Amino acid sequence: MIELENVAYSYGGGELLSDISVKLAPGSFHFLTGPSGAGKTTLLKLCYGALLPTAGQVRLFEAEVRSMGRADIALVRRRIGVVHQDVQFLDHLPVADNIALPLTVAGRSDEAAGGDMADLIGWVGLEARAAGLPPELSGGERQRAALARAVIMSPEVVLADEPTGNIDWEMSQRLLTLLVELNKMGKTVLVATHDLGLIRAAKAQVQARVLRIANRRVQLAGADL
Amino acid sequence: MRVNRAHLRDLLIGDRQADRVVPPTGFTARLTVFAAGAMAFLAVFALALSLAAGRLADRWGSELAQTATLRIVAPTEQRAAQTDAALRVLEATPGVVTANAMSDAEQIALLAPWFGTNLPLDTLPVPRLIELITDDRFDARGLSLRLAAEVPGAVLDDHTRWRAPLISAAARLRVLGWCVALLIVAAVAAMVTLAANTALAANAQVIAVLRLVGATDSYIANAFVRRFTLRALAGAAGGTFAGLVAVTLLPTGSATAPGLLTGLGFAGAGWLVPICVPVVAGLVALVATDLAARRALERLS
Repeated sequence: MIELENVAYSYGGGELLSDISVKLAPGSFHFLTGPSGAGKTTLLKLCYGALLPTAGQVRLFEAEVRSMGRADIALVRRRIGVVHQDVQFLDHLPVADNIALPLTVAGRSDEAAGGDMADLIGWVGLEARAAGLPPELSGGERQRAALARAVIMSPEVVLADEPTGNIDWEMSQRLLTLLVELNKMGKTVLVATHDLGLIRAAKAQVQARVLRIANRRVQLAGADL
Repeated sequence: MRVNRAHLRDLLIGDRQADRVVPPTGFTARLTVFAAGAMAFLAVFALALSLAAGRLADRWGSELAQTATLRIVAPTEQRAAQTDAALRVLEATPGVVTANAMSDAEQIALLAPWFGTNLPLDTLPVPRLIELITDDRFDARGLSLRLAAEVPGAVLDDHTRWRAPLISAAARLRVLGWCVALLIVAAVAAMVTLAANTALAANAQVIAVLRLVGATDSYIANAFVRRFTLRALAGAAGGTFAGLVAVTLLPTGSATAPGLLTGLGFAGAGWLVPICVPVVAGLVALVATDLAARRALERLS
């Protein structure tokens, strides 16, 4: 589904990631952890074609990312839902329209008026906020809105970069529950986080593998997590 | 740039939802519309000047090209004899279709604006005028040489001396008008490019969000291109309408005294030219914004 093979990524003359090989199998749940600045966000961006590797191969749904044009990458992104820590919205559009944005850009905006949309907004608990504008949302609400936006196209993969970084513990648990539910629906999930408590909480609910970035390389984390 | 039929249809028809992804920018939008309107207004005047100059050049060219005037400058007692001699020469000259010696009454009418109608023509050394209508075979130089030998008091004026610089000036004025119109088109392109670049730079976050959710560059570019094209089209339509009203309100010259300033405007099929101004402005805005958007998206990728 998403496969990185001997991938390296350099930036500003220095190598940030080196010899990374990761395979996200369908329906798997992975955590990506490591200290700040270790390259978690960079690795995630490699996983959805926002960055191109300086060495090695990144395959997105069997296609090598360097052989893809920008239009192809845009189409692939419709199959990958992404949630960032500092979520960005179109602040002039209501929350519901922001959640429906992937449908809009895919030319399927008519689907946004259906019951599925209402169900999705209910699933993330934003019924009361759907008509408001994004700047009116709290941190947790923004993350949930971002998650709803990430999954509205029913993507095969969900990537989340520090999704609980700006929210309290209770809200983190709620968001984690949503991610676990997505995984149980068959979605492949990769969550980059340095929150070990979140990882432990997740492992109680789902079969999750933990990848740790250290010294520019990725390794499977030990059982202590 | 790929402007195929589907691309144009997407641009013109658009998608109401897609149009909303670019935030409204009130002041910039109004400035773009105003600038396009002002440019179109000026373009209408430049085109009116150019077309009027063209008509004037054509009129001067066609009305005077096939005519010439022969002046018989001779003492009063010899004037009639020299006039007859000149007419005989003209009858035998190839290319002279008609030669008409003006009567006293016709000459008095010609001089009336300066000397009044009671001019004692017989007591004044006023030359006799012979009006010639010629065709393509007419050789002015050959006729002048023959007249110099046979009618010493005859002076041939084929109007070239004063007609040529006027026609040349009118032709240059026509070119100047088109140059001004082209400069205005270039200014519209520059203005729209600047406005589009500003809008794209100000909306870098919007572009990042759209890309994150799977928008293609064409989708993003079209959202901006459509907006700026429609603004330029609307502004130019308003400016063109105002320009046409202003041109219509200009004083018009009479048929007997046509002039450049009083004849400024459009005639016949010329009315179709200013109608093209908004279309050209829209096309220029489309191309300029499309290029600017694709460059910006390349830069932001």
